[in-house]
Amino acid sequence: MQRIVLSLVILLFSMSSAWAAEPVKIGMITTLSTKAGYLGEDIRDGFKLAIEQGQGTLGTIPVELLVEDDGRKPEKGRQIAERFMKRDKVQILTGIVFSNVAMAVVPKIVRSGAFYISPNAGPSKLAGKGCDKNYFNVAWQNDNLHEAVGQYVTEKKFNNVYLLAPNYPAGKDALAGFKRFYKGGIAGEVYTTLGQADYAAELATLRASKPDAVYFFLPGGMGINFIKQYAQAGLNKSTPLFGPAFSFDERILKAVGDAAVGVVNGSQWSADLDTPENRAFVAAFRTAYGRTPTLYASQGYDAALLIGSALKAVQGDMDKADAFRTALEKADFPTVRGSFSFGKNHHPVQDIYVREVIKDEQGNYTNRILNKVFSNHSDAYGGECSM
Amino acid sequence: MLLFIEQLLNGLQLGVMLFLMSAGLTLVFGIMQVINLAHGSFYMIGAFVAATVAVRSGSFLLGMAVALPVAAAVGMIVEFTILRRLYDRDHLDQVLATFGLIFFFNELTRIIWGRQPLFMDVPPWLGGAVELLPGVHYPVYRLAIILVGTFVALFLYLLFSRTRLGMQIRAGASNREMVAALGVNIRLLYTLVFGLGTMLAALAGIMAGPILAVEVGMGESILILTFVVIVIGGIGSVRGALVGALLVGMVDTLGRVYLPDLLSVLFSSATADTLGASLSSMSVYILMAIVLTCKPAGLFPAQN
Repeated sequence: MQRIVLSLVILLFSMSSAWAAEPVKIGMITTLSTKAGYLGEDIRDGFKLAIEQGQGTLGTIPVELLVEDDGRKPEKGRQIAERFMKRDKVQILTGIVFSNVAMAVVPKIVRSGAFYISPNAGPSKLAGKGCDKNYFNVAWQNDNLHEAVGQYVTEKKFNNVYLLAPNYPAGKDALAGFKRFYKGGIAGEVYTTLGQADYAAELATLRASKPDAVYFFLPGGMGINFIKQYAQAGLNKSTPLFGPAFSFDERILKAVGDAAVGVVNGSQWSADLDTPENRAFVAAFRTAYGRTPTLYASQGYDAALLIGSALKAVQGDMDKADAFRTALEKADFPTVRGSFSFGKNHHPVQDIYVREVIKDEQGNYTNRILNKVFSNHSDAYGGECSM
Repeated sequence: MLLFIEQLLNGLQLGVMLFLMSAGLTLVFGIMQVINLAHGSFYMIGAFVAATVAVRSGSFLLGMAVALPVAAAVGMIVEFTILRRLYDRDHLDQVLATFGLIFFFNELTRIIWGRQPLFMDVPPWLGGAVELLPGVHYPVYRLAIILVGTFVALFLYLLFSRTRLGMQIRAGASNREMVAALGVNIRLLYTLVFGLGTMLAALAGIMAGPILAVEVGMGESILILTFVVIVIGGIGSVRGALVGALLVGMVDTLGRVYLPDLLSVLFSSATADTLGASLSSMSVYILMAIVLTCKPAGLFPAQN
């Protein structure tokens, strides 16, 4: 009898350890279709690179990555999140590109006890009043990159800046972030229609108001349109253009070409950031995918490494949610950004740079770091967070 | 004042761009009674093919010379294989089928070219700006767009009023059976008209390539305005498309520029900015509502 019980115990034990060896599922909800599809593609590819480098593991724990396309639609994002959590029993989610999708999906995820690690979107609400113990942002709070350029433009003694952004919440936040650190005068502040293609009218008005610099936030294709038309109107020769990194990633630069050369933009990362981790990442990404990584790819990669560090701490046992959370908070992973830690609202405390767009020796367009604007910069909303 | 002239030119240029798009769409609807939502896809195909060829060969004109026939061929294949089956069906079926085509072409473009937006630059000989009036500098390329649009309008006018082919097309639009009975190959005629329509869309896409982002889904953003244009102009009327396009181009451009200023007379500057931005993005739709209230069939309703 004893022998039977013993063998049963052994059997059960081996079964449970067999379960432990089963890969931890990570659900990635991201934008792969629509014009903005390349953002999600880069986040995914950066994330996958980290898994491939670990030969199917993150932090030595085997993982399985499930990827679904939200098509930039909040309601679709919610459905995918629900499916991941209910059907696949996923407890770690990541991947959302856009703030409006994040606002619809993240609260639902964290309410049900799962973890969400944001590799991109960082809406102010989730950093302030809506912060949550299970929500971590490994990229930036939305305002951060704009703040850096605001600071830089002030330091460079520009005193009459023209501002332009699309008429939607992220556009207004962008200019608010810029103005938080910009101390000079404002030549004009224009909000355009979201998705606008032609900026001829705005450029004519802009030229007439004679600013000494222009700051714009137009993500994706809108930025391509604007930068091309800005150069075609000859404005790039007379009035320097500034923006956040979102309009100057390596894939947009490829589509814009010479028109963007010389533009200064704010970013928390750059392909030429000189740390051993970053050099290795950029080289590995180029080998794996045949293109230079964008900041989105670096964020996806860092998100994977962060998750790996916490998985290792709990040995892949997601039942230890508190230990997993504590491990995430430590942010003990080899970031490609040089320095990285979490503030108390689980948003990054990190260095932010300004970069200049250049054409390198091979004729490719990329960014070169000019200057570190902020050291250990955190966001403006941590005070509103009650954690 | 000089700024106003420049803004008028901007409005004209946007109008001409919209005309290139809407002429093809309204032609196909007026003659073949088909609502073609995939019109924007041909705009995209034109831009993608032209951008690829232009970058490889370094010649914008060669890009155009390749892209136009390619787009026309794709259009005629679509007409031959898909739309031909839909002529006798309900408009709703046509909308459904052509809506599906949008997804098909977007995905196909993504498979062929990837998610990377393409690069396309203004050809050097059209680069830079000219001084039209003292103090009014205008990009040469945008003037070229206006010129191309004028030529197309002229070409369409001559085609329809002065040629035998144009006469057959007009006759086919008024009475399909009778024209067929008179020995005209109406099916071939329709395929040709559709090819012409797609070629015009592709031309708009090629001309837009150097100033806009050449990316998957680029056709959808202009398609909505194109529909506004043909509804304002009267569905099926090329003349209506011309007038509608210029109207929409002007209202959109001038609204964007001057509405916030006008409103700041009435409200505080913050309210005026927000209100102005929202109102100016609605201005073309308000225009459409006004036109439809006064003339429900559009400004120049087609005869049949």
